[in-house]
Amino acid sequence: MSGEQEATRAEVCAVAVAETFRGDGERLCNPIGTIPMIGGRLARLSFEPDLVMTDGWATFTSSTLPPGAEPYGSDDGVLTVDADIEAWNPYPQMFSVLWNGKRHVMMGATQVDQMGNQNIACIGDWHQPRAQLLGFRGAPGNTINHTTSYWVPAQSAKNVVAKVDVVCGIGYDRAAELGPVASRFHEIRRVVTNLGVYDFETPDHRMRLRSIHPGVTVDEVVAATGFQLVIPSDVPESRLPTATELELIRDVIDPAGLREREVPNP
Amino acid sequence: MSVPDKRVTIDEVAAEIRSGMTIGIGGWGSRRKPMALVRALLRTDVTDLTVVAYGGPDVGLLCAAGKVRKVVSGFVSLDSIPLEPHYRLARQAGSIEPAEWDEGMLLLGLQAAAWRVPFLPTRAGLGSDILRLMPDLATVTSPYPGPDGADPETLVAVPALELDVALLHQNRADQGGNAAYLGPDPYMDDLFAMAAARTFVSCERLVPTGELSTGPTLPRQRISRLMVTGVVETPLGAHFTECPPDYGRDEAFQRAYVKAAGDPDAWAAFSQRFLELDSEDEYQASVRTWRDEQEVAS
Repeated sequence: MSGEQEATRAEVCAVAVAETFRGDGERLCNPIGTIPMIGGRLARLSFEPDLVMTDGWATFTSSTLPPGAEPYGSDDGVLTVDADIEAWNPYPQMFSVLWNGKRHVMMGATQVDQMGNQNIACIGDWHQPRAQLLGFRGAPGNTINHTTSYWVPAQSAKNVVAKVDVVCGIGYDRAAELGPVASRFHEIRRVVTNLGVYDFETPDHRMRLRSIHPGVTVDEVVAATGFQLVIPSDVPESRLPTATELELIRDVIDPAGLREREVPNP
Repeated sequence: MSVPDKRVTIDEVAAEIRSGMTIGIGGWGSRRKPMALVRALLRTDVTDLTVVAYGGPDVGLLCAAGKVRKVVSGFVSLDSIPLEPHYRLARQAGSIEPAEWDEGMLLLGLQAAAWRVPFLPTRAGLGSDILRLMPDLATVTSPYPGPDGADPETLVAVPALELDVALLHQNRADQGGNAAYLGPDPYMDDLFAMAAARTFVSCERLVPTGELSTGPTLPRQRISRLMVTGVVETPLGAHFTECPPDYGRDEAFQRAYVKAAGDPDAWAAFSQRFLELDSEDEYQASVRTWRDEQEVAS
């Protein structure tokens, strides 16, 4: 079947995610979510073979596990792991790894703003929120210690906003306030959404439209953004998967097609 | 040479917890939580607790029962269901004082208490709203020069999280409180144990010391009796959270829990059926009956 159909939007997103890890080399590539995980696996199976990836739980594994697949089982009461384990990396160790810095995480974001601040804690006043969400999780520590990117599967003016309600992951304005020493490990590399790819490669680190997915118009992007984006005069299209990449996505990484549920084809 | 006998009952553990105490609960989200001990705590009239946890249904249930004054957490989540319904309700009602830290800060707070130092420094939290919203958290300036002759660095000083009592669940334990987890992750259970004045461990099976672990798995024997005050066998004591490899999460029951939490009448019925009981045995029996009904229905 591979190569016979055109790439779906989800597959374009997976490639855009993979591209965020280009150049990372031997680093923990830690994408969270279905399409992020597929994109990370794709990067490792193609142009970034040295990436280290987790099983989603407590190990680094060289196996290409399908997104969400838990490799653990029990053999007569003894834990089994159906994957090639490179290293044990339970939560206590994960914090050492991330404080050590050799990590690029792609997190979700209930809100991400024009300076790259991210919110997953709550909507409204934190003291008594209108909608309580996850809490701060690892976002503050991630963003101050290593490269971070974000994934927004359904971009709208409600989640790509002028200013987040609560700063969990810190953006470029907060990093600048801290000064160059405290923020020397800070990098918000990309925001990938179902509509396009964004970065902060502008003089004042305001969010810029980096590429737009095939079939999406700039007007759609503008309507789905809660502030004035930096839009270059000539916006490139996000690249399509190669035939090899399509095969990897469809036959090796995500044969169950979970990607199409996260981002339905328009 | 036998280890001391520290066996206690579930209700004796619950009786050790007094109103106003700070308690730590091991596990992570909806994973290997000492739920039998939490359920026993729900049967007491204790209130005004400060709860420190990588939170899951333990925090949710204690909030729903009105036993909590303050929650110190890195998150409160059910993993396969991202948001904990009762914690959400409590936060949105403003009925608890939140201390929502970065996950790594929580580790350091426990480690500081375990090592008996007042704080540990970290970059985690700098620039985020944690310091703005939780003004009792302070920064500390390094006594050493910064990199390349820069000014000394300012870091977050995570205060020690000193616990009155810690509650943990492990796969195996001996009567002295030596304990082993047999799943993939120890979480921060050993730090909770050492951060607490008194630590109580529940376990799937109480075994002789020589049978704590199987095979060459020394790293699994993470909890020593030095850290443990009392130990109790509670088969299926982590239900409905997971306790691999003994059992996985009861996803169907967790869904039922979340569904019930969405409606006051449904929650009253759930609570009456599963929580307002006299013992853990009654709880487990009630869950078995519920499961049989589900199977018949499907």
